[in-house]
Amino acid sequence: MEKNSVLELRGIYKSFPGVKALQNVDFTLRKGEIHALMGENGAGKSTLIKVLTGVYSKDAGDIFIKKGDREEKVVFHSPEEAQHAGISTVYQEISLCPNLSVAENIYLGRAEGKFISWKKMNANAAKLLDSLGINVRATQQLASCSIAVQQMVAIARAVDMDCSVLILDEPTSSLDESEVEKLFGLMRDLRDRGVGIIFVTHFLDQVYEVCDKITILRDSKLVGEYSVEELPRVQLVSKMLGKELDDMADIKNDAQEYKGDSSAPVYEASNLCSTEGIQPFDFYIRKGEVNGFTGLLGSGRSESVRAIFGADKVTSGSVKVNGVPVKITKPLDAMRNGIGYLPEDRKRDGIIGDLSVKDNIILALQVKTGFFKPFSKAKATKFAKKYIDMLDIKTASVDTPIKSLSGGNQQKVILGRWLLTEPKYLILDEPTRGIDVGTKVDIQKLVLKLASEGMSVTFISSETDEMLRTCSRLLVMRDRKLVGELTGDALNQTTVMNTIAGGGKE
Amino acid sequence: MANSVSKRGGLSGRLRRMTDTNLLMSITIIVFILMYLGAIIFLKSGFLKPQTLFNIMNANAALIILSCGMTLVMITGGIDISVGGVAGLVTMCCAVYLDYHGGNVFVSLLIALGIGLAFGLIQGYLVAYLEIQPFIVTLAGMFFARGMTTIVHTNPFNVQHEGFVKLKDTRIEIPFLGSVNKHGVFVPAYIEIGVVVALLIVAVLFIFLKWGKTGRSFYAVGGNRQSALMLGINVRRVTFLSHLLCGLLAGIGGFVYFMHVGSGSATHASGAEMNAIASSIIGGTMLTGGVGNIIGTLFGVMSLALIQTIVSSVGLDQAWWTGITIAGMLCLFLIVQSIIIARRKKTNTASAQR
Amino acid sequence: MTAKKAGNQDSFLSRLLHHQLLIPIAALLLLTIFNLIADPSFFQITMGHNSDGNPVLSGYLISIIDYGSELAILAIGMTLVTAASGGQDISVGAGIAIAGSVLLRVLCGTNSRPETLQTPVFVAFIVCCIVAMIFGAFNGALVAFFRIQPMVATLILFTAGRSIAAWINNNELPIISEKSFTYFGGYLPGIPIPTPFFIALLCFAITWAVLKFTNLGLYVQAVGINEKTSRLNGLNPELIKFSVYILLGLCVAVCGLIKVSRLSTINYSVIAKDIEMDAILAVALGGNALSGGKFNMGASILGAYVIQFLTTTLYKFNVQSDALSAYKAVVVILLVVLSAPVFRQKISALFRKLRTGSAAA
Repeated sequence: MEKNSVLELRGIYKSFPGVKALQNVDFTLRKGEIHALMGENGAGKSTLIKVLTGVYSKDAGDIFIKKGDREEKVVFHSPEEAQHAGISTVYQEISLCPNLSVAENIYLGRAEGKFISWKKMNANAAKLLDSLGINVRATQQLASCSIAVQQMVAIARAVDMDCSVLILDEPTSSLDESEVEKLFGLMRDLRDRGVGIIFVTHFLDQVYEVCDKITILRDSKLVGEYSVEELPRVQLVSKMLGKELDDMADIKNDAQEYKGDSSAPVYEASNLCSTEGIQPFDFYIRKGEVNGFTGLLGSGRSESVRAIFGADKVTSGSVKVNGVPVKITKPLDAMRNGIGYLPEDRKRDGIIGDLSVKDNIILALQVKTGFFKPFSKAKATKFAKKYIDMLDIKTASVDTPIKSLSGGNQQKVILGRWLLTEPKYLILDEPTRGIDVGTKVDIQKLVLKLASEGMSVTFISSETDEMLRTCSRLLVMRDRKLVGELTGDALNQTTVMNTIAGGGKE
Repeated sequence: MANSVSKRGGLSGRLRRMTDTNLLMSITIIVFILMYLGAIIFLKSGFLKPQTLFNIMNANAALIILSCGMTLVMITGGIDISVGGVAGLVTMCCAVYLDYHGGNVFVSLLIALGIGLAFGLIQGYLVAYLEIQPFIVTLAGMFFARGMTTIVHTNPFNVQHEGFVKLKDTRIEIPFLGSVNKHGVFVPAYIEIGVVVALLIVAVLFIFLKWGKTGRSFYAVGGNRQSALMLGINVRRVTFLSHLLCGLLAGIGGFVYFMHVGSGSATHASGAEMNAIASSIIGGTMLTGGVGNIIGTLFGVMSLALIQTIVSSVGLDQAWWTGITIAGMLCLFLIVQSIIIARRKKTNTASAQR
Repeated sequence: MTAKKAGNQDSFLSRLLHHQLLIPIAALLLLTIFNLIADPSFFQITMGHNSDGNPVLSGYLISIIDYGSELAILAIGMTLVTAASGGQDISVGAGIAIAGSVLLRVLCGTNSRPETLQTPVFVAFIVCCIVAMIFGAFNGALVAFFRIQPMVATLILFTAGRSIAAWINNNELPIISEKSFTYFGGYLPGIPIPTPFFIALLCFAITWAVLKFTNLGLYVQAVGINEKTSRLNGLNPELIKFSVYILLGLCVAVCGLIKVSRLSTINYSVIAKDIEMDAILAVALGGNALSGGKFNMGASILGAYVIQFLTTTLYKFNVQSDALSAYKAVVVILLVVLSAPVFRQKISALFRKLRTGSAAA
């Protein structure tokens, strides 16, 4: 074991039925460092974290932790044991109990003694939340907090535990910029106190902003460990992808000015509003156009496209498709009018976990075709195969349950599902969220290709440069209101940021 | 900001801040009190006498205990439909032991506890460690208990054992409460031992669930199993414990039932599991887990019993009315619950997004 | 080479171990072997004549396909309800009581012991179907629109159903003297196989056709696994859940007809007692997750007959009908434990250990 390391993993192997998830992976975490764990989806990051925290048991390999001056070989059978050994974890999916109060969630499972003093607990929690600048009452029921606050509570819990190792598994995906800043401040503070932090993220900017070391995994194997200074961005990406390519630059050349189309818009809505608390807005999209909604998380961009698709209850507005007035009150109406929608939350709204890849692909078209016209098995398989090939979906067979696929491949299946319905207008809400860089590029390229073939696409992403690369028109949202529309020369990082932030501030 | 939130008081604000558990429990308590007041005003026949209330408690002490066990399991997100069967088996075993084998009362109590524990242990192990659905396991448990009751002894009979009869007829008089009967003699109000046992259990469990570390982890497990595991709670142990306690309480409840009726019969406590589930739900426990309260359950049982008393004192005493009223009440509470929770969810998400 | 072969065997074995039909078939084999050893006369089928002089087959096997059929019909509906709503309907027994009561009420009119039928059986059956479907719709509405857990929602009718059934006939016990009414639960003249079996076959055929020629299976499974996604793909989860409860109501009506026809009368508190438990067990024995999602209809139907096989076996050994449940419970627990994934993992881990141990030696 190295001198100042707090955690070492040596030769870890783990396999699931049909999949080798980890093969001979080493990982070292030193005292007082922020260590990024990078890799494409399916590279084995989550599995490594779960092996380390005792959620999965490893097939082979050793885990060493340092206790005081002594190093110790440990085997964790449950998250509880890992927690006791000083390893605390914040997961991407919030792992708290929604029915309990904020304070209870912070102290659950680690309070002293057999009984709880509510007064003391609430006071401690209030103090902790205050010191971290988290704006929430300690007695509030967790379910009534926003997702970002819940994530911050999870982080507060992890921080408060006397840990030597802190694992943050994509904690930033539901935080807005100021919250991310707050988190980074916290991370630096902990680093200075000597805590080793493992940071899993897909945002390259964040890696370069806060991390000291980077460990890269690819195809369930270790690529290597690097310090941030010696690894430029391009190299990091190429190491993650495993090939020397300059795809990120390539894609920019593909983005072309939208020529315009004189016929009636493919979709046009005026004064559209839903029950989800957005201001009524006007919207249109023309044939072959790619536009996008941008804005901070919670600015109402997802709610807007949900209203277009009829996913939330629409309260007002008139809609025209190809110039003909139509009513869209539920998803099926939208589908019948040639609209497809890839939702933001893949796990909750996108996949049907236990069903096969095939059934997941044909579902939307099948529903559109009707209850009494099921596809034959051969036809369904043909459909599925076509999109598995086209989108390069990595799956053992068409009958594999979709839940056993990696995130990026799941996303591709859902994309295939909507492409199968041959939509005239496709809405993609954060199609690149939580998936690997390679797939991100693939999806952006696909969007541009579809548009050139005449499909209209609305593209939403948290990463502005992705949107700048693909969209010819950006609709900016702020505080649940449509505040601006950017085209042509205005499509640059600075203008977008300024519009999002609002004139009053800057 | 935080201050402004907490200061935005008023009833509606306070209602919104209430946890699901407390809100549902408060509704039950209010409904019970209103029903009782209504009964006093509209049906004067005896509802003013304290003994009427105590009689309801006497008759339902066992159900209170069974419902407490049920609530524990339901809070962790499980269900135990074997409690009625176990209680029935306990009455029969104790009765046979006392009358046919001339045993003593203390040992019969141990038998009751033993049967309950055995059921709790096995069911808990199957549910928690072999991860079999609780519904199926306890369904089998109920089948088994009901069948065993018949195998132990087929025909119902009254227990003649001297010590037991003495225990059974023990009445605890309540000082200063009572009523004057027709002859002008003051008859003090009384309760049976079972009621004391039941109230004691309610008190212990209330403290356990409110302040006990293990008790709180019951809620955590019911709220979200996966999260509870990640938060470092031994989910299996908690699940196991909930079934173990429920089994034990079923044993105690069976013995209390036995003390109330003083006989053994294969039909004793039949349908008690459904009444216990109904009571827990009326008392604000949700079958999805994570929400519930023992005090609420106590009032759930009492409300259920009260409405039955009211219905029969109105003159609707044909057998089918009992079933229909319980069902109607359950239906009403379920719908009210589902509406309240749905509305709260809506306002919560709306306010969370602000 | 040999290693590869062993690997193949392994995967075949594990495939077999994980196949859904394994448990019901294994249970069936076990029961068959047990009966063969204990008393082979179990499998004897004799030809006799019933009181009308019709040729009828009798024997334990015949009674299994006779009584198992009504259970299998219920299992069809229960499987769909389980898959779509992730819960079970525990009011089917009470539902059968209501359906039977309605049927008798319509057949008898105002007189509880009519000489002739007041209404054609067909009309009465239609009325009974409608009523059963209305009660199904009540359950379905609570589950789908009020989002109450199925077990709890159906607890309402479970508690009240038999009371309602008694109330429909003013607590009288109507008796039908018409001979042709007994055909549904007994034997058609000239056919020695009990009619319920044919009714069940008809139901299976209809179910098969519905699953083959409509998207019911896909929709129900999609809704059962992920409601939100289903909605975004144009399905109406509430409507689908609501509908499966109505379909179960239809199955309940058919069972009600068979049950009442067997006796030509009804006993409100005893008719179809505990049948909900048997129906749920049939679904579980078929390897379907009781928490909903994917289902296998054939496995459920087979499960129903296996449950009846068990019941009949117990009867044969003179087990009292009240004590029956104790034995059944033991068997059920054994089956469920054997099929539990955790248990299987433990066993296969044990085997692996033994194998490596012997290889090392």
